[in-house]
Amino acid sequence: MDKNVTVTTFPIWKNAGPSTVDKPTIEKETRSEEDLDLPWQVVVHNDPVNLMSYVTMVFQRVFGYPREKAERHMLEVHHNGRSILWSGMRERAELYVQQLHGYLLLATLEKAS
Amino acid sequence: MEICRRNDEIEISELDPFLAELLRQIPASADPEGTPAAEKRLFSPPTSGTETEICAEWKLYVEPELRRLFQTATETVAADLEQLDGNEKKIASTLRIPSKHADAWLSALNQARLVIAAKYDFTDGELGDHFRSPIGSRRDLSLFQVNFYGFLQEFILRELGGWEKGSGD
Repeated sequence: MDKNVTVTTFPIWKNAGPSTVDKPTIEKETRSEEDLDLPWQVVVHNDPVNLMSYVTMVFQRVFGYPREKAERHMLEVHHNGRSILWSGMRERAELYVQQLHGYLLLATLEKAS
Repeated sequence: MEICRRNDEIEISELDPFLAELLRQIPASADPEGTPAAEKRLFSPPTSGTETEICAEWKLYVEPELRRLFQTATETVAADLEQLDGNEKKIASTLRIPSKHADAWLSALNQARLVIAAKYDFTDGELGDHFRSPIGSRRDLSLFQVNFYGFLQEFILRELGGWEKGSGD
């Protein structure tokens, strides 16, 4: 499979105005598939030492989730061994994982399948 | 032992020498050095292992920050625990934790619980057995320590909820 994909960026308009509009310049560049920001998931894994109330508080603080949603995720971690807390851009996911590690939770970053 | 909230402080009073000693041990217990399992737990990888580039960057940039964060928390707790200095022989001591130190206490208590649990490789059953007694071995004592620190965490969390609500008023 060809791992190179073509990305078309937004047209750049020159001298944009009501009467004269130049032909848009369309820039093309080639990036490898790995460079594209595919969705990443922030996964929290079960740990029998961390208190349930503590994990709930951390989810509320890090993700800004309301208590009910934070508790739902905490229980999912507790019963299923893991829960996907968030998915999106890699940089933000990395930041969330870093924050969760700061609270001593077992958290990983995974590429969404 | 009595624990209650007084204004902007958590007050732990009527501390007998045994529990006071367990509190004094928080900073030392939170140190993972010399226990590879504890080190591995506190500084776990950010991916399941397949993303080697992310793991390498993490080791280089994030891990030192986490070490500093954890150390700052234990230093704050160690400073609060100085209130107990010189009271080793007293029947009962009192410790006051300012509300602004609550996060540091939560972190240090959690670090200590994780390090002790990793060191003794406690099973889920042992960790869930809150009525295990009497303390007959170093392992039993360590399990008691984990549960005692957990009790303090629960109390601080409960009070923290109140403080956070209060601060928004």
